[in-house]
Amino acid sequence: MSLSSQPALMISPHRVSAMVLRYLYLLRSSWSRVLELIYWPAVQLLVWGFLQFYIAQNSGFFARAGGVFIGAVMMWDILFRGQLGFSISFLEEMWSRNLANLMISPLRPIEFVMALMVMSIVRLAIGMVPVSLIAIAFFGFNVYGLGLALAAFFMNLMLTSWSVGLVVSGLVMRNGMGAESLAWTMMFLIMPVICVYYPVSVLPGWLQWLAWALPPTYVFEGMRALILEQQFRADLMIAAFALNAAYFAVAVAVFLALLRSARRIGSLLQSGE
Amino acid sequence: MAARDPAIAVQDLVKIYKTTRAVDGISFALEPGSVTGLLGGNGAGKTTTIAMILGLVMPTSGSARVLGAEMPRQRNRVLFRMNFESPYVDMPHRLTVRQNLAVFGRLYAVADLSARIAQLASELDLGEFLDRPTGKLSAGQKTRVALAKALINSPDVLLLDEPTASLDPDTADWVRTRLERYRAERGATVLLASHNMAEVERLCDRVIIMKRGRIEDDDTPAHLLARYGRETLEEVFLDVARGRGEAAREAAQ
Repeated sequence: MSLSSQPALMISPHRVSAMVLRYLYLLRSSWSRVLELIYWPAVQLLVWGFLQFYIAQNSGFFARAGGVFIGAVMMWDILFRGQLGFSISFLEEMWSRNLANLMISPLRPIEFVMALMVMSIVRLAIGMVPVSLIAIAFFGFNVYGLGLALAAFFMNLMLTSWSVGLVVSGLVMRNGMGAESLAWTMMFLIMPVICVYYPVSVLPGWLQWLAWALPPTYVFEGMRALILEQQFRADLMIAAFALNAAYFAVAVAVFLALLRSARRIGSLLQSGE
Repeated sequence: MAARDPAIAVQDLVKIYKTTRAVDGISFALEPGSVTGLLGGNGAGKTTTIAMILGLVMPTSGSARVLGAEMPRQRNRVLFRMNFESPYVDMPHRLTVRQNLAVFGRLYAVADLSARIAQLASELDLGEFLDRPTGKLSAGQKTRVALAKALINSPDVLLLDEPTASLDPDTADWVRTRLERYRAERGATVLLASHNMAEVERLCDRVIIMKRGRIEDDDTPAHLLARYGRETLEEVFLDVARGRGEAAREAAQ
């Protein structure tokens, strides 16, 4: 048998694809995991969609603003489920006590992160594509009708979800499964401030500063501008992208620092609390 | 790396967790192709030592080198030539044995992976459960799969942490035979942490006995038996563990 020798700094698409394959095998083996990806986004969409129907029947504003709630729900799900897809793929390694096997293999941390990013998109697609079809069928809301704006929203939301997912995964890796709940709660910490369902202007002045420091705020404001005023705010998307680029770089640095710390305190061998 | 350089070289290695000195200034060098047993009671520092050699744990001071690469700083140079097996580390339970081996084979860039998996399945008798989920196997079957994973890249350096723990004597003997065969065929360097003295006596050319993070003794099994005046390594181990090592050595002299 021969082995390929690889320079230390080279990123190997082969190793990234090996990890993606590992997660696809897992999804293929577990229908409950696949169903769970669709179940919660579908339930949330239906509840908010019918609520919007009801309010629209009793309010002129909401009658004109058809799709704002449903669009907000779908964008929020991209943000939240994107992060969850990243974090849960990482948690699978902790749950199966496989992390040490990976860390002593030639897999580089950055390759591991790339595989988690790919899997967050795959898991999101499994959940959101059926949900987007439900939105068309039940509420006449075609998210694909947003066109190129949807691509800009999606890219920005995914970047934020990966940044949060990186920090959460790093914390779990360093501190053990006691930090596991962060995967489900971290994003809700910023939810009130990023103005998913209401404009930034309703926040107190001092909180607006914080809101504008978070990239998803720009996406939700941009989505409302598009649906309510039929105006694509490229300035908001560019600002969000600049912030996202900075946060993502910081998140990668934090993840690598937490990995170094995990090596120092010896937590890579243990998957418990 | 020059031909006579050690496969593993540990120098003044120290690991302190908060206030606990898990490993306390140990040094040793392992010749290429040798099989060395790391003996010691619970908390002696065996697993931490192996983890530092693997690059999983950062030393507080000192160095651990594998095939000339300092761990963990230069680990990317050598990780594809090493591997590890331990009952305390698992593989994904829902994946079949074949899927798990395929994933790890790709991570290690194993050429002609299907043939390698077939070869390991034949050598380690995995054929009957190759397409069964790993989590549904018996303890003995899981150990064979873990061994297959550890051998997937035909490593030059193999680290084993209690490879036969919780196995019945027959399966444990089977595993030891496979390890002996692999070492003979490949000329690999093996470092083996174990509580099983018969296993160490059978497999190892050299034994390092650790206690409270320090090396208490380091020699061939035959020399240790002679020096302590004992019949078995278990008796030697008990002498060291119970603080009677020096007295036993003096009595033997």
